[in-house]
Formats: sequence, structure tokens, C-alpha cells
Amino acid sequence: MPQVASTKNQELKTKNQFKIMPFTDFTALQLAQQIKSKKISCREVTDAFLERIEEVEPKVHAFISVQQDEARKRADALDKRLASGDDIGPLGGVPVAAKDLLCTKGVRTTCASKMLENFVPPYDAHVVERLTSDGAVIIGKANMDEFAMGSSNENSAFGPARNPWNLNHVPGGSSGGSAAAVAARETPLSLGSDTGGSIRQPAAYCGCVGMKPTYGRVSRYGLIAFASSLDQIGPFANNVEDAALLLGSIAGHDRRDSTSLKAPVPDYTATLRDGIKGLRVGVPKEYFVQGVDDNVATSVRKAIDQLCELGAEAVEISMPTTEYALATYYIIAPSEASSNLARYDGVQYGMRVLDPGDGIMEMVSKTRAAGFGHEVQHRIMIGTHALSSGFYDAYYVKAQKVRTLIQHDFNNAFEKCDILATPTAPTVAFKLGEKTGDPFAMKLADTCTIPVNMAGLPALSLPCGFHDGLPIGLQLIGNVLDESTLLRAAFSYEQATEWHKTSCEL
Amino acid sequence: MSLSSEEINHIALLARLDLTDAEKAKAATELSQILDSFDTLKELDTDNVTPAESALNLVNVLRIDESRPSLPTEAALANAPEQAANMFVVPRVVEAE
Repeated sequence: MPQVASTKNQELKTKNQFKIMPFTDFTALQLAQQIKSKKISCREVTDAFLERIEEVEPKVHAFISVQQDEARKRADALDKRLASGDDIGPLGGVPVAAKDLLCTKGVRTTCASKMLENFVPPYDAHVVERLTSDGAVIIGKANMDEFAMGSSNENSAFGPARNPWNLNHVPGGSSGGSAAAVAARETPLSLGSDTGGSIRQPAAYCGCVGMKPTYGRVSRYGLIAFASSLDQIGPFANNVEDAALLLGSIAGHDRRDSTSLKAPVPDYTATLRDGIKGLRVGVPKEYFVQGVDDNVATSVRKAIDQLCELGAEAVEISMPTTEYALATYYIIAPSEASSNLARYDGVQYGMRVLDPGDGIMEMVSKTRAAGFGHEVQHRIMIGTHALSSGFYDAYYVKAQKVRTLIQHDFNNAFEKCDILATPTAPTVAFKLGEKTGDPFAMKLADTCTIPVNMAGLPALSLPCGFHDGLPIGLQLIGNVLDESTLLRAAFSYEQATEWHKTSCEL
Repeated sequence: MSLSSEEINHIALLARLDLTDAEKAKAATELSQILDSFDTLKELDTDNVTPAESALNLVNVLRIDESRPSLPTEAALANAPEQAANMFVVPRVVEAE
């Protein structure tokens, strides 16, 4: 059994089993079960989390908006249904936070941008519909980097979220609010989106479980698009079983997203306890090279040893295109973004800047200059340039070809392995402001996660240690649509360790 | 490679971003660095490689061309900065005679 506390981590306390546990420390599954058996009410649970939000939100700022009134009303309605004998669903009464780029009917959805500061969607995202039909209570809209572009949450137009383990450090990004809210026990579950690591990297920084499912596993209908060939919605939780529960709720085909896959959705919680005897775990050496902090590499190696003790078999492999993934991503994602974000023109929704005498060209250009933040503008410009006449082949087509090579690397790896194990991020969470001046340093935070999006594979991050009181993430990568194996491996590791029982003090 | 001010003006025009001179100068520096970092891809021989258009080899999805319920006009217009007579209002786009 690995030790929770090293000398540096004496302050990390395992939860005291003897004191009465507050509702906010329950797992999502426990909450759903307790509610179903009427030991506690939906309203009590919602109130407990709203109180927790009120208490810690001034420090963490994980939310752009909190739906107190709607959440309480919804909880009361669920309690009524429960009293009349209804089955209120597998997530009945469980609060969930949604990243603020998931459309919520009648509830402001900002994408953390001034551009959409007052945007109120006329419909719910597919995942919000699914959560609602499964009985969840949407408690708030989580903070994020503007239009999901960033690795630290510092690009939010509404101010950064902070890392609950150390408020001077970033929670990661772009789904930093979703990760921080779960880690700070402001909600048991949340949804984020992952284009180059935006679920897994903040999950690693905040010490929770975060999963990017297979591209197409979850419908993106109602997700405000960033890079459509890469974007995928996924769950955050404080343990693997809760993440599996949430994934089961949101996965599946939806005809409103033509990239969503028709494959049947297995019960992800049913196979968690099947063990990992004989599981072949690939360890790609390129993920442990320069730039990866020694403490991170050591913890991840220890985690791989632990998987072997549980019956898995480690296979050393090589994926030579890994180092090219970052450049490939920074051509493909901005190119797609420049097209997706062309819709913000001051006509149908969002901000409009129109001075007397302006024509449509002036209106559109002034609106976009005023509404988009610096990082978003730069990425639009990179993408615009990469797609423009004379540069298209040298940048965009070249990147697409390298993307094919990256996919080949993964195909080869999965001929020899069932899953891959790597660090989620090269370091633990950095300090606020530490990397804002250097566009490259920031982007390096995503080197271990980006290749996975290029190949559309499922991957998750779960805690595997601490350094300087900040969590370290283990990334497990799976084959196409093999989320079950990933979750089973993660669950086996989690149950053999104590990391998930360690929570931050706020 | 360093982007010239003409090149930055051209990119900003294509991207429909009305930037100040200071913003353009900053963008030129940052974009030039990022474009330079793409040179690393030249190390890879991709002559006989098919470009990947998506994460998985997805095929186009077709459906029968029939109307389905859609957003009511009122809801579709609700977020418009300016609307009139069930339409989005924009500055004049055709020249007056």
C-alpha cells in the first residue's frame, strides 16, 4: 500500500472516519442510493452543496454562475416524484455542474467570453437532456478558459478559477472550474470538454478523476464548438465509479450530432470489479523524456508497478511521433476554431459593437476585436493564416498528414497492448501568472494529452501521488470505444491506493 | 520567420479583427514564434501519407430531406442584438441608389 503522506504532505489528512460525514463528502453513487432509499432528500443534498459553494466559492471561483433557485426547485420536484413512488433515475437528486460551454435552456451560457456574456440558449445540450432525464440537478455553470482555449483557466473573461489544493496555483484548463468544483466538494460530479487535454490535465492538477471518452461516444449537440474534429465531452468525479456512472448517463448516439457513434453503451459500472489480470499496459518511453518533472515520472512509474502487482503486465514501447503532436495540434485546432468562431459576428447572438456610420464590415471586425480575448484572437489568426491561400498545403495539409502518422503510432501500440500508461501532465499545477507571458511554456502543459485527441481515443486521468502538496495525475489511454477496460484498470488501481481518500482543506 | 506588418494586416482582415497597432505588433511577434515552431514538422517525410480529416474514419451521414420541428422564430431571435419583423437587423449591405 503506498503511503498517502510523505514528510512534505503531512497536511494532507485522510478523512476522519469517526466524525459524521457531511453530504458533500459522499460519493455520487452513495448520494443516489441514500436518496432512493429515502434516508435523505434531494433538497437536503442540494442545500448542502449550495452551502458548500457559498462557503468556498470566494476562494475557488469554480463557477461562472450558480443556479440556486432552479436547483432547489428541481430538487423539490424530484422529492415530490420520489414520494409518489416514481423512479427518479440513476442520478436522481445528484448535483452536477456543467462547463459553461454546454447550452442550458434559459440559463446564461458564456463560454467564459465577453462575446457571449448575455447569451441565453433556447435549448439544452444533449448531455444536459440526458442528465435531466436521469434525475440529476444542474447546480451551476463551471468556469473555464475562454472558448476552451487555455491550460490554466487564466483566460476566463470572468477571472480565473483557483486550485483548491493551493489557491496560488492554477486548476489547469480549459475545464479548470469543472475540476476545481469537484475537488473542492462543491459538487460531486461535473462535465467538461476535452480538445487537447482540457478534461484530463485539470483533473490531474486538481487530484480528481477526469475522462475524455472516444471521439463520438458522447453527442456534442449543444456544446459550443472549438475544434470539431477533436472536441469531446466527458465526466469529472472524485472516484472512478462515479465517473463511470456519469459516463453511462451521457454516452450514446444522437442524430443531432452526425459524428456521434451508434455503438451500444455498456454498463460501465458493471465490469469495474473484474480485475486486471493479464492486462497489457504499454509504457511509451517518449512520455517520460525531458520536460517531465522527476517527481511526476517517479510517481507514474510507481503506479505502473502497482498495476503490475495487481496482475497487469508492463510493455515498454516507443511512439516516435509523440514530439510532433504539439505542433500538429497548434495547426489543426486553431484552423478549425477560426472556422467555428466565424459565427460570432454581432448578428444572430452575442455582443455587437456598432458605431454611427459603420457598415457591416466595421461592425463585424469591431465586435470581434472587443468580444474575444487575446488568446482567442491569436488562435483565430493562426488558424486563418494556416488555412489561407498559399499556406494551406504547408500548414494544414501537412498537419493532417502528421496526424495520420500519430494515429499509426497508436494503432501499432494497441497491437501489443490493451491500455497505455503515461503522466497526464509533465508537472504538477503551476502558479497563477507563472506562464502567462510565454505562449510556449503554457502549451507544454498539454504535451502528454494532445496526441490522444489526434487519434480520437478514450483516456482518463486519476490521482497517483503528490508533490509539494499538489496532486500528480496518471493518464491511462484506451483503444477505440474501450472505455470499460480503462475504467476497470483505473478502478483496480484506485482501490489499491489511498489517493482518492485524500481531500483538500479549504 | 517574422510576419511583416502587411501580412499581419492581411491576416487580421481575413479574421475580421479590428486590432490596434499595438495589438497587431504583439500578434506579429507571438504568431511568428508559433509559426516557426511548426518547422519541426518538416523533419517528417509525409509524401505518401494520406491526410487524416478526423479522429476516426467516419463516413458522411445522410438523412431524408424532410422538415422536422425546429426552434420557433421568437426563440431563434431572442439573443439577437437587434431584430425587427421576425428578422435580424444589420447595417445596410447594399449601396443606396
